[in-house]
Amino acid sequence: MTRLLALTLGLFVLLAAPLRAEVAITPVTSDSGLQAWLVEERSIPIVTLELIFAGGSTLDDDATAGATSLMTALLSEGAGDMDAQEFAARSEELAARIGFNAGRDTVSVSVQFLTDDADAVIDHLRLALTDPRFDADAVERVRGQMVSKLRRDALDPNTLASRAFAQAAYGEHPYGRASDGSVETVAALDRDTLIAAHQGAIARDRVFIGAAGDIGAEELARLLDRLFDGIPEQGAEIPARAEFAAPPGIEVIPFDGPQSVIAFGHDGIARDDPDFLTAYVLNEVFGGGRFGTRLMESLRVQRGLTYGVGSFLAAGLLGESYQGRMSTDNANAAAAIELLREEWAQIAEHGISDDDLSRIQTYLTGAYPLRFDGNAAIASTMASMQYQGFDIDYVNIRNDLIDALTVEQVNAMAARLYDADALYFVVVGQPEGLE
Amino acid sequence: MFPRLTVLVVLGLLALRAAHAEPVTHASLDNGLEVVIIEDRRAPVVVHMVWYRVGAADEPPQQSGIAHFLEHLMFKGTDTMEPGEFSRVVEANGGRDNAFTSWDYTGYFQRVASDRLELMMQMEADRMANLSFTEEDWMPERAVVLEERGQVLESRVGGQFNESMMAALYKAHPYGIPIIGWRHDMERLTGQDAMDFYHQHYGPNNAVLVIAGDVDTEQALDMAQRIYGPLSPNPAITPVTRPHEPPHLAERRLVFEDARVGTPYVNRMYLAPVRRAGDQAEAAALQMLAALLGGSSTTSVLERRLNFEQGVALSAWAGYNGMARDYGTFTLGIAPVEGVSLEEAEAALDAVVAEFLQDGVDQAQFDRVRHQIRASEIYALDDVQGRARQYGVGLSIGLGVDDIDTWVDALDAVTPEDVIAAGQMLLDRRNAVTGYLTQPATTAPEVTQ
Repeated sequence: MTRLLALTLGLFVLLAAPLRAEVAITPVTSDSGLQAWLVEERSIPIVTLELIFAGGSTLDDDATAGATSLMTALLSEGAGDMDAQEFAARSEELAARIGFNAGRDTVSVSVQFLTDDADAVIDHLRLALTDPRFDADAVERVRGQMVSKLRRDALDPNTLASRAFAQAAYGEHPYGRASDGSVETVAALDRDTLIAAHQGAIARDRVFIGAAGDIGAEELARLLDRLFDGIPEQGAEIPARAEFAAPPGIEVIPFDGPQSVIAFGHDGIARDDPDFLTAYVLNEVFGGGRFGTRLMESLRVQRGLTYGVGSFLAAGLLGESYQGRMSTDNANAAAAIELLREEWAQIAEHGISDDDLSRIQTYLTGAYPLRFDGNAAIASTMASMQYQGFDIDYVNIRNDLIDALTVEQVNAMAARLYDADALYFVVVGQPEGLE
Repeated sequence: MFPRLTVLVVLGLLALRAAHAEPVTHASLDNGLEVVIIEDRRAPVVVHMVWYRVGAADEPPQQSGIAHFLEHLMFKGTDTMEPGEFSRVVEANGGRDNAFTSWDYTGYFQRVASDRLELMMQMEADRMANLSFTEEDWMPERAVVLEERGQVLESRVGGQFNESMMAALYKAHPYGIPIIGWRHDMERLTGQDAMDFYHQHYGPNNAVLVIAGDVDTEQALDMAQRIYGPLSPNPAITPVTRPHEPPHLAERRLVFEDARVGTPYVNRMYLAPVRRAGDQAEAAALQMLAALLGGSSTTSVLERRLNFEQGVALSAWAGYNGMARDYGTFTLGIAPVEGVSLEEAEAALDAVVAEFLQDGVDQAQFDRVRHQIRASEIYALDDVQGRARQYGVGLSIGLGVDDIDTWVDALDAVTPEDVIAAGQMLLDRRNAVTGYLTQPATTAPEVTQ
């Protein structure tokens, strides 16, 4: 819990953009065939590894929703001959920082360690990945924490808005439900289900590996083979694609709070669409989660209707949408929705100007190296670029691709992407002037 | 197995390896501006920060929130720059900028490609002396900070609970007033109030400049001298005088009820000493105490006993914040499992703390914590912005560069006996406020999904 409450001006964390990044990426292939991207950086004696396993909670059935999340949370709760306390104590002795995280599309593993302890840490992590215990007491303890979180989520307007949006958008598809499942499904998960979820999610056929820091290619290959010894070749089948199906209109979810949280959006652009980058650049002008976007200018700077408003291309493994979020006092909700629709219609019809484009090109290309300023950030970027299907030379051509975009291309995308009449809004709160 | 031996060997190695970190340079310009430069040439990026030693604890009566409101208005132009132009120029240079306000300081920063540092300095030096905005600019911005309060505090029951705890903890000192301000005060703030606050507190003689990243120290210092050096000191700036806390003679307790509470919990805040320049031993002992009691979600004393062994807690925590000018806080808390009341949970928490103080420190746990602290010094080198922030906060609250540099040594010098001695303060609840966050008593605790 943070005691020092520092209030920041900006609301949205920026994941956006990449001067020519001076990043030398080495592709590494291990003896057993594992592939990884490595950025060697020897000045600090630490190594960071990031593993992304595609699939995530989409692998759960409706009846076992939450299994992948619970399983992932249990990976650090005992493995091999160590119970949860012993496993954590060993991590502390090694001063290793190990994190497991399950999301809708992926299970990810982050580990940071001191170079000199590499083998010991890899052995330790391998135990968690290959031989988790799922001890009964650990399962009950972590299940209790997860149920408690689900109860909190049920009273959090932001989570309520996102869940309602996903459900309207994707219905019965796994994308339509919460990654953590529900109180009922989590309560019903048994050990066999967790073991099956583990076998389904952690496999070589779906892993993407990034590494950065004080390590060379050969050494990395050796460590990876050591880490993956015992991890199965194949995991569970990944479900079919999800089609966006939310109907146009406004859905109000009554919630007693001072503000209305508004989730809005419509169908999006797939990550492998040849014009995805164009859409990305366009969204940066329109609502890309920082100051200076059209949405922030219109709703915050000019009218003081919100602390923050942003939009994003939600392009997942199995489906895509174009969404935004904002909060505003209940009295302002109707006016805010009206303005969002106007901005939507405006950009669809008129696009952006030459000046808009050149300014965003300067910004995005200039900001690119800011992404590569630390081993932790670099390892994570290396893994996620592979997961997203980029070529290894993308880092070197990405800014040229952005600079090559013409205003005609961008505005053709604006006409394609933005559809004010298709907008679906979820409003969680006591909005005035909305039915 | 000889785990102790292993740890000792590794510790020696760490100390050796850590010595490779580039030194931090500290200087002062004639106009009073303090300058800290941290070289890290790994990526062609630089962080440029200006910290003013003024914050929400320095506000005039009935103007709570003015420090933070001013922070927002610092983006609304100068004699020569348009409203919003600052951020536009940063963006046009591929940079990111933002700002933050605390009780003791207000900070502004940019992250940019290192060849843009000079431009950032020019703009930041400009708004240090030449802020200018109109009613057209501040009026909507006041609505923005009110929306911010609505979103960040009033829509989050944990935030409101925390605000109430702080207000109860401090009887006189302004740390009891929220940084963002009380709503009734915020609604009446004006641009002139903000401008008065600016003229009273902003200037090179009340600021710290931190530059971290891909710079040559000598060149960066020359640049700072050339750009910030010509600014005149602000004669209005006087030493900080704030109310002192009277003796705390009575424990305070509060119950915060709200239908939006999903997980009820107990939190307790004690008034605690802060890190003091040249004298950090007491703070270091409290930091170690917090690490032992609550530093790990698995092996810490509170989690192990209350969550793993007794099974009464979903989680239990302890924390120490000594990074403040006047008063620090030590926090204990517990979120009980279903079926355990907040009263029972609090009693269990107190019993475990008393038991810890009685039985003493587990040496194996103590060794692991020390080892992790040493390692964290190395991990911290990977995060240049985090390092910049450490020095910025430290110098803003009255610490010196030495105090930041020697903090890990201070932690390392703490003995198990020091920890137990420091922990005695937890037995005196007159210095503390204990709060329950819970659903209203009249409402069934059943939550619909």
